[in-house]
Amino acid sequence: MTYPAATIVFLVLIAAVIVLGFTAGRWKAGDMSHIEEWGLGGRRFGTWVSWFLIGGDIYTAYTFIAIPALIFGAGAIGFFAVPYTIVCYPFLYLIFPKLWRIAQRHGYITGPEFVRGRYGNRWLALAIVVTGIFATMPYIALQLVGMQTVIGALGLPGHIPLITAFAVLAAFTYTSGLRAPAMISIVKDLLIYLTVIAAIIVIPAELGGFGAIFAKVNPAKLLLTTPPAGSSGAYTGYATLALGSAMALFLYPHATTGILSASGERVIRRNAVLLPAYSIMLALLALLGFMAVAAGVASNPLFAAGFKHYGPSFAVPALILASFPAWFAGIAFGAIAIGALVPAAIMAIASANIFIRDIFSQFFAKTGAGRETFIAKLFAIFMIIGAVAFILFIPLTYAVQLQLLGGMWIIQTFPAIAFSVFTRFFNGWALLAGWAVGIATATWLAALNHFAGAIYPFHILGITLPSYIAFATVLLNAAIATLLSLPLNALASDRAGDETNAADYA
Amino acid sequence: MRLLLLLVFVIALAVPVFNRAAPALFGFPFFYWYQIAAIPVSSALIYLVFRAEDREP
Repeated sequence: MTYPAATIVFLVLIAAVIVLGFTAGRWKAGDMSHIEEWGLGGRRFGTWVSWFLIGGDIYTAYTFIAIPALIFGAGAIGFFAVPYTIVCYPFLYLIFPKLWRIAQRHGYITGPEFVRGRYGNRWLALAIVVTGIFATMPYIALQLVGMQTVIGALGLPGHIPLITAFAVLAAFTYTSGLRAPAMISIVKDLLIYLTVIAAIIVIPAELGGFGAIFAKVNPAKLLLTTPPAGSSGAYTGYATLALGSAMALFLYPHATTGILSASGERVIRRNAVLLPAYSIMLALLALLGFMAVAAGVASNPLFAAGFKHYGPSFAVPALILASFPAWFAGIAFGAIAIGALVPAAIMAIASANIFIRDIFSQFFAKTGAGRETFIAKLFAIFMIIGAVAFILFIPLTYAVQLQLLGGMWIIQTFPAIAFSVFTRFFNGWALLAGWAVGIATATWLAALNHFAGAIYPFHILGITLPSYIAFATVLLNAAIATLLSLPLNALASDRAGDETNAADYA
Repeated sequence: MRLLLLLVFVIALAVPVFNRAAPALFGFPFFYWYQIAAIPVSSALIYLVFRAEDREP
């Protein structure tokens, strides 16, 4: 035990959260054998609980580690997280209250269920399901990495702490369902806000103010590189990275689950106004990357082993250890670790909802309500075990690469979900074709980048337009879906398969 | 009213406008403080749309 005080505080926080996780099931208690209760909290979370839950859902431990690490290593480009978490909210405001209303009226608990109801096409829904589960698995795995980094920074040995934490996570997810992460997210956010506020007060004071911090950053990394002649350079790269990430964000199954568990459309609209408070926190956290540069943690022999093992991801833990008394480092690390448990639980539950409603009941057997929930619970545990196995047996770089691909894949469900809330112009098979082309081209372009870069330089009419691959390929996807819908609607219209009605969309 | 939402995209994605160091504020180069300031501004714009459209008491 390298840091006894920090470790004790950390363990106490984790233990408290575990107790909370198990007791959460009794909060606003419902019939836990029903999937809408277990997997969607009974759709009864009001504005504040939803604010914490969705906030805990999308501002995750991985974000807290990876975004500052990107700023630490690559500089200004890492700040794309800020415009990203600004422009995602108009999407939330416009699309998801409608989706909530339709889902509530028809008893849907997942995005793919809506698409199946809208188009009467279970293959299109299956495509969205597979995309969601494949995009989610590496995402859970990276939450574990976030937790592993802080456990490692505390000097706790081996994989045992991580496996223990996730075994307990699996247990309370099983018993309490979505109420567990909803309740824990409140604790997590209070700790994170405390950490961030302390960090932006204490660390700049130690380093001589923000001016001194920015002055120590390599000037070439402080701003985006001005584009060369004939290219839109880093400008379009940065903007499309933000816009594409924002379009993809709420399509992730765990984000949809968080939104659908709200108690009304109005709760979602109000959260589109209130959730940006987290973006301010994220922006300040991102700047910890520059503070780590200014504090010189990378050249501190105390942290050499950590950087060797975790790379730039170690920047934030090292900065925290270097700047705070040990007991406070314990609080900060506790916040990050709990920040991993919340989204990991929601991701497992979201995947389970999808598995039972969109795979099992569609392609295997219809089940009664009690058995439906039981199978979903087992699948949630399977997802958690899968993610732990992922981390233990597969090199970390694969998880990072799959996460990168996951964003490019999940955005391909944008036309089928987002457009369908506004129009029934599209044909289900046309959307499926657009999805397939989008997935294939995105994967191919990512392969050309050796799965290391998200931005690809497109050459159009003699101009170079670098774009986030996800953004460029979803445009192609939408164009194909549109062009194919015209003949398909004329020859083989699938409008009769729509089980929703016009009044749902008014 | 919903056109205000379009403004959110313009403000947040106008990279050539804000990719500069000066003027700095509290030691933050323009690039950083502009984008941080854009967060409450965008939230306020969404709030205006919410208030205009909200029908419930």
